[in-house]
Amino acid sequence: MTEPQFERQVDRSHMQVSDEVAIQIENMNKWYGQFHVLRDIDLTVQRGERIVIAGPSGSGKSTLIRCINRLEEHQAGKIIVDGIELTNDLKNIDKVRREVGMVFQHFNLFPHLTILENLTLAPIWVRKTPKKEAEATAMHYLEKVKIPEQADKYPGQLSGGQQQRVAIARSLCMKPRIMLFDEPTSALDPEMIKEVLDTMIELAEEGMTMLCVTHEMGFAQAVANRVIFMADGQIVEQNNPHDFFNNPKSERTQQFLSQILGH
Amino acid sequence: MSDTQAHSVAYVRDTMLPQQPAPAGQSGAVQWLRENLFSGWLNTLLTLLGVALIYTLVMHFLPWFLHGVWDANSIKECRTIITDRYGEGATGACWAVIRERWHQFIFGFYPPELYWRPILTFLLLFVAVGPLLFTWVPRVLAWFTPVYPFLAVWLLWGGSGWTPLMIFAGFVLGAAILLVLSPRLGSIMAFSIGAFVAILYFLFVVGPLIDGLQAILPWGLESVDSAKFGGFLLAITLGVGGIMMSLPLGIVLALGRQSDMPLVKGFSVVFIEFIRGVPLITLLFVASLLLNYFLPPGTNFDIILRVMILVTFFAAAYIAEVIRGGLAALPRGQYEAADALGLDYWKAQRLIILPQALKISIPGIVSTFIGMFKDTTLVVFVGLFDPLKGIPDFIRADFNWKGIYWEPFIFVGAIFFILNFAMSRYSMSLERRLQRDNH
Repeated sequence: MTEPQFERQVDRSHMQVSDEVAIQIENMNKWYGQFHVLRDIDLTVQRGERIVIAGPSGSGKSTLIRCINRLEEHQAGKIIVDGIELTNDLKNIDKVRREVGMVFQHFNLFPHLTILENLTLAPIWVRKTPKKEAEATAMHYLEKVKIPEQADKYPGQLSGGQQQRVAIARSLCMKPRIMLFDEPTSALDPEMIKEVLDTMIELAEEGMTMLCVTHEMGFAQAVANRVIFMADGQIVEQNNPHDFFNNPKSERTQQFLSQILGH
Repeated sequence: MSDTQAHSVAYVRDTMLPQQPAPAGQSGAVQWLRENLFSGWLNTLLTLLGVALIYTLVMHFLPWFLHGVWDANSIKECRTIITDRYGEGATGACWAVIRERWHQFIFGFYPPELYWRPILTFLLLFVAVGPLLFTWVPRVLAWFTPVYPFLAVWLLWGGSGWTPLMIFAGFVLGAAILLVLSPRLGSIMAFSIGAFVAILYFLFVVGPLIDGLQAILPWGLESVDSAKFGGFLLAITLGVGGIMMSLPLGIVLALGRQSDMPLVKGFSVVFIEFIRGVPLITLLFVASLLLNYFLPPGTNFDIILRVMILVTFFAAAYIAEVIRGGLAALPRGQYEAADALGLDYWKAQRLIILPQALKISIPGIVSTFIGMFKDTTLVVFVGLFDPLKGIPDFIRADFNWKGIYWEPFIFVGAIFFILNFAMSRYSMSLERRLQRDNH
C-alpha cells in the first residue's frame, strides 16, 4: 500500500503528549430515537494529543466529537472534559464550551458580521474581554491564518478556504485548550484544502490538543499521534499512524483504507 | 489516430483575449415600444384596449378634479359655483369641506388651543425613532428613545407631570432589580422578581405616590379626555403605539413558540392561534364592552389604551408568525456555532439569530405594520372617531355638508397612502442597506 505523503515538513519539537487527561469518555452510548449511533465508546485523550478519527459516513465519528462539547446529548456513560463532567447542568456545559473550540464542515461564520466582529464576538460577550483587547487578539490570529487584510469584509466576500481559516481563528480567539474539527476540508475545493490543512498543522506544531474528523489521510500521517477508525458507532481500531496505515489489523479498516486511498 | 490529427487537436493559446464591450444598438425607445407593447396582434390589441380604458377613466374623473371648489361654506354653495362656472350638469369636487374641517380630520375634537401638544409629540416621534431607523442620526439621541413613550402619553393626555415620571420610575425600578439580581440568581429568576416588584408598584404604590407628590408640588398640563381624540391623531396614536409594542411582543411569541419548555410553547401557540383566528373587530368589541364586565366596578381603564392593547396583540400574533418564518430559514449551523462558542440562549438570540431572522422578516413585518395602521380605522365600531368614517360621518351630520362622500374618502385615503408608502419605501431601503452589508 502506498503511504500518503504530506509535502510539508512538520516540526515536531513542541508536539508533546503530557500525562494530564484532557478528555475522558467512559462507556458512552447515544441513540437517535431507536437508532443506536454510538455504542460503548471508551476514549481517553491526553493533553497535547492530535487524534484523527476516520471511518465511513454514518459511522458516528461526527456525532462523537459533537458529544464532546454537548452539541449532541449522550444517553449513557460519562464524558469528562477538562475535569468537568457533561450533564444537563447548563453551567458546566457553558464552561466546557468555553474551553473547547470547534470548527465545522460548513464554517458557520456569522454572515451579518464582519470578519473582525465574528472573531471578537465570543471573547467580548462570553469572556468579557475589553473590546480593544479582543480586537488585538483577533488581529493576531488573523495574521496567523494569513488573512489580516480581510478583517473588515463580510464572510460572503471570502473564498471557502479563507472562511474556514477565519472559522479556525474565531475558535482560537477564545483561547481554547482543546480543538475539535468536524470534517473541516470536506466542503472545500481541492486547491483550498491545503491552506486550511497548513493552518491546522501549525496549530498542531504549537502543541494544541486536537480531535479531527477528516478524510485527509496525508494530514493524519503527518500530524496525528493516534488514528481512530470507527464503524457502526464503535471504535474498531486505533493505533499510531505508521502502524495504522501500514499494518491495519481489522478487516473493516483494511477495506476502508483501500477504498479511500484509491489503489 | 495519425500524427497530424493529434497535432491539430492539441492546442495552446498564445494570446489571451481582452474584454470587449457588448454589441451596441440593442436599445432605444422605438425598439422598446415594439418589443413590449406591439410584439404581436394580441399584445397590440391589449395595448390599444388599455389605452382606451385609461383615456375613459381620465376623461371621466379629470373634470371632477379640475372643477374642484375650495372656497365655499356648504355643499350647496359648491354646487352653485360649479354650475355657474361650468354650466348645467357639470360635476366637480367640493374640496371646501377639507379646507373648513381639516383640523377635525387631523386632530378630532382635541382643543384647538392645545394643538401644539400633538404636533410637538409628532415631531418628537422622529427624534425618538431616528436613531433606530437611520445610521446617520447621532447615537446620542438614543437616550431619548426610551423616554419618548412616557413623554408622548403625557403630552397627548396631559395631567400631572408626576405621572410620567413616576411610571418611568417603575420601569427603571424593574430594570434595576433585573440588572442587580441576574448575575446572582440567573436571568429568568431576576426577570420574574423585577416584573413582580414593578407590578406591585404599579398596582398599589404609583397612584397614591403621584397624588401625594401632586399635593406637595403641583405641576402638569391641562388634561384632555380620550373622547376628544379623533381623526389621524387617533389613528397615528394607535398605529405608533401598536407598532412599538407589537414588535417586541411578536419576537417574544416567536421565540416562545420554538421553546423547549412546554408551558411557554403552549401559551405562545394558543395565544397566536387564538388571536389570529378571531376577527379584529371581535377583539375591539372585547376591548370596549367585555373588559368592563371583568374589571372591578369604578375602574377607569381608558378606552384608547384598551383598544391599543388589543390592536397590539393582533399585530403581534401576525408578526410572531412572520418572524418564525425568518427563524426557520436560518441554517442550523448558526445555532451550533453560537453554542460552540459558549454563548448562552439569550446572547445567541440577540447577537446571532435575531439580527439575521429579523432581516429576512422585514418585508413581512412592515406589511403587518401597514395592515395594522389601516386597521386602526376599525375603531369606529367601538364609538371612536377614526379619520375614515367616524369624522366624515360627524361632518355629514352638519346640514351644510350633508351628502358629501368622495372628497373626505380621497383626502383621508391620500394621507394613509403617503404614510404607508413612506413605511414601504423605508423598509425597502433598509433591506438594501442590510443586503449591502453581507454582500
